[in-house]
Amino acid sequence: MSTRTIILSQIQQVAAEQKKTLAPMTDDLSLLDSGLDSLCFATLVARLEDIIGVDPFTASADVKFPNTIGELIAFYEHVAA
Amino acid sequence: MSQPEPLSLTELLAAGAGVGRAIGMADGSLVLDDLADKTSLGGNFDALEGRAIVLMAGDQLRTAAALIELDGWARRIVLCPPDLEPKHLSAIVRDAEADAIVYGGQSEPPQGAAVALLAPCALPLQPRATKPVRAHATEWVLLTSGTTGDPKMVAHTLATLTGAIAPGSPQAAAQNWATFYDIRRYGGLQIFLRAVAGLGSLTLRSDGEAIDDFLIRAGAAGVTHISGTPSHWRLVLMNAAARRIDPDYVRLSGEIADSAVIDALTKLFPRARVAHAFASTEAGVGFEVNDGKAGFPASYLGKRENGAFFKIIDGSLAIRSGRTALRYLGDNAPALRDADGFVDTGDMIELRDDRCYFVGRRGGIINVGGAKVNPEEVEAVINRHASVHASLVKARRNPITGALVAADVVLNEGVVEAPGLKDEIIAACARQLAPYKVPALVRFVPALAVNASGKLARNG
Repeated sequence: MSTRTIILSQIQQVAAEQKKTLAPMTDDLSLLDSGLDSLCFATLVARLEDIIGVDPFTASADVKFPNTIGELIAFYEHVAA
Repeated sequence: MSQPEPLSLTELLAAGAGVGRAIGMADGSLVLDDLADKTSLGGNFDALEGRAIVLMAGDQLRTAAALIELDGWARRIVLCPPDLEPKHLSAIVRDAEADAIVYGGQSEPPQGAAVALLAPCALPLQPRATKPVRAHATEWVLLTSGTTGDPKMVAHTLATLTGAIAPGSPQAAAQNWATFYDIRRYGGLQIFLRAVAGLGSLTLRSDGEAIDDFLIRAGAAGVTHISGTPSHWRLVLMNAAARRIDPDYVRLSGEIADSAVIDALTKLFPRARVAHAFASTEAGVGFEVNDGKAGFPASYLGKRENGAFFKIIDGSLAIRSGRTALRYLGDNAPALRDADGFVDTGDMIELRDDRCYFVGRRGGIINVGGAKVNPEEVEAVINRHASVHASLVKARRNPITGALVAADVVLNEGVVEAPGLKDEIIAACARQLAPYKVPALVRFVPALAVNASGKLARNG
């Protein structure tokens, strides 16, 4: 599975667990408009670390945090590559 | 150095009157000068004098009005946090010896509390007939989320609460504050008091208000000083609306501030001083760290300005200062300070290269974005699941909320790890626990380590 597919499916999973309604996923969707709250993001990052093996928020020297779904995926693809 | 005689909030406010200061929220605002001759407490204002008052005003704006009106007027104010469960009210009334409750005028009076006076707090402010002389040295009581049982009631005075706030000088530029915190808890109350003691206004986040809407409002209000937890700030960093504010001062507190979030904020707001502060309801404001790095210099340990003293006892930070709370209320309350006057923060410290780093809470308490989770409470829920033999709940480090709840679960003999069992356990927790207490990660393990005294090994 590609990093993108993993991230998008984990977003669906976390949203379902925490009973959040997701906005339609597009690359330029702002993370904060996605329907996920900070607890959802925290859970997502932890689950992705277990699946992909990396936490780019901690591992990356890049201090620019992602703002959109597309940037989030790129953030992971960048460190996973 | 002795503390100056504490003024009432009304006197502090009067020093900055006449410039149109306000507390702004998404759905309303409070013009501070109006409190000079108006009231949120209607005809009950006079009858509240000298009372021990439980303040549950329903929202932050009403709370702000009532605090300003009642400081110096009430004998004691118990400031209830927004998530206070009604079942704790009778114990709070008992331990605070309260004889009045101020409640939000938009809702029904609270049930089941025996007090002489139930006073609604309502906005907009109404004209007040009397000119009060505020002569009481009001005791302020804050609640800390007890991990089990009733919340602990922590007694302060205006002097201990404002001990870290430098007195405003008429020459100083106005500080326009904003905070992500709720002013009904210690961290937010600190910012409220800074705003009152300063010359500027205060922007507060309304219930459920989106981060970007709040940032846009803060930007429009000309906010110069803004505070939140590292978790709040990580959300700001992920938000394009972050550029709508241009602060002079960015403050992080309430959780461990790591260098990633400090560096990112320094880069985003190059003009701002980015500081992280150590404070807690019991220990008061400890100190602020301004060197742009995580942790604090080991040279902070020992005697500091204003007679404050910091030391490490059994690995955790202990503080003695004029800003710590006085005591816990209640008949069987534990001592808040030790024999030497130190308050144990329970925050564990690791010393590396002449610098002290916070590494977590004593007793395994998990700090999820500023909210405290007692592992035993979560374990009790997991252990009730029919397939579960035992569980160990622990913190998992997290870049968004600082930490998350993770659970190691041992299944009963003969139970197969069916797909969906993890989801079932998580769902059971979600039904019975607040969202931040629900394990984000569940792992099945063959056994849990037990230490020499027969308790679950909670280290690591």
